[in-house]
Amino acid sequence: MKILEVKGLAKSFGKTKVLKGIDFSMEKGEVVAVIGSSGSGKTTMLRCINFLETADQGQIYVDGNCIFDGASGKKLTPAQERENQLNFGLVFQNFNLFPQYTALENVALAPKLLAQERPDYKQNKKQILAEIEENAKSLLDRVGLSDKRNNYPCELSGGQQQRVSIARALALNPKVLFFDEPTSALDPELTGEILHVIRDLATKDVTMVIVTHEIDFARNVADRIIFMADGVVVEEGTPEQVIDHPQNERTQAFLKRLE
Amino acid sequence: MSIFITVTLSLLEGLWTTFKIFALTLLMALPLGLIISFGSMSKIKVIKWPIKFLIWVIRGTPLMLQLIVFGFGPGLLGIDGMDTFVAVMIAFVLNYACYFSEIFRGGIEGIPKGQYEAGKVLGLTKSQVFFKIVLMQVVKRIIPPMSNEFLTLVKDTSLANTIMIYEITWNAKRFMNSEHILWPLFYSGVFYLAFCGILTLIFGYIEKKLDYYRG
Repeated sequence: MKILEVKGLAKSFGKTKVLKGIDFSMEKGEVVAVIGSSGSGKTTMLRCINFLETADQGQIYVDGNCIFDGASGKKLTPAQERENQLNFGLVFQNFNLFPQYTALENVALAPKLLAQERPDYKQNKKQILAEIEENAKSLLDRVGLSDKRNNYPCELSGGQQQRVSIARALALNPKVLFFDEPTSALDPELTGEILHVIRDLATKDVTMVIVTHEIDFARNVADRIIFMADGVVVEEGTPEQVIDHPQNERTQAFLKRLE
Repeated sequence: MSIFITVTLSLLEGLWTTFKIFALTLLMALPLGLIISFGSMSKIKVIKWPIKFLIWVIRGTPLMLQLIVFGFGPGLLGIDGMDTFVAVMIAFVLNYACYFSEIFRGGIEGIPKGQYEAGKVLGLTKSQVFFKIVLMQVVKRIIPPMSNEFLTLVKDTSLANTIMIYEITWNAKRFMNSEHILWPLFYSGVFYLAFCGILTLIFGYIEKKLDYYRG
């Protein structure tokens, strides 16, 4: 069964059609890289799937269950929206860490708040919170920041902040982890550490969708590449197919410009 | 010497009233200001526009005039027996709540959208986003403008003397009439100065406390 399936996703801002019907699906453990020039709708697609924007049309299925149907016209309740949200994790271009919390607190905040809804929270509070803390620490270890747990975001480099935000997104065990140009806000010498972390996650079967401008990285880490232009998926396939032997002339033109 | 002591005691008595106006205004105007700021940011027009109108009127007219309206207005309308101190409190609370609301609004709207979005994708509820993520950042941002307002409030309390509230300035002016001396009025400045000095120290301390992070 497909872990994520997107059908006919469309979105307009005013009169501008940003997404004109996006279809794609992915298997568990798959890594998909989305490439395309700015304004092609990559980020909007990510934001629609993560419910930061509401798509006008289309459906989103997770594990075969429809979690969003633009045709139904029904507005989701905040509770439903939250439940949907928890299927996914999103790593932002600008990290968006919470500045008043340490790295560890950033990672543990959402799981702690979510745990309050567990029926056994009151009885096992101490144990639950300790487990969350332990998990948060091991996630920071995993992104190589075990020595920065108690630092505030302003004390960390851009690359370190982005690694904290990856750990934060992983803390809720999302079924699919999305990255919105995770290295675009970083100095070139810092992008390597982020790519390293993502590559490591890919080997551990984390299902990921990565919007990126780093073509070499996309080729390296992704099982499949999606090339978008003007709000549609123009071409998709393995990195060899899309990057090395593009069939569509728009893909060819885009890749040529990058050389 | 004895007149100096008399004046000092009288001003200290006035200081207590000044402090009461100051503290009660903050106690009520801060929460009311937050509510008004939510109203002024509301997407519902029948809430937003009356609130905006209220803020415009309150900020667009002198506080002294508002004191006179609330102090003498009820009497003119035939409503007797409203305590003058209550009138002062209504005027001060309303006036300061409107100014505070604009500071809160600035603070809340200045928080980057990404903070809300990060909270949302992590499955936080709207109130969790506000109380766990946004509020602390707002507090840090509004400390400098708030300290300005607090200091202005200390000095604005002197306006209450226009409707016969016996705060410091009223007590100082009293000696002008009874003893024909002007210096108690100058002397009263020392009390305001000391009051504001203490507030400045407190705000400096809070700012330092919140200095552990940026952003």
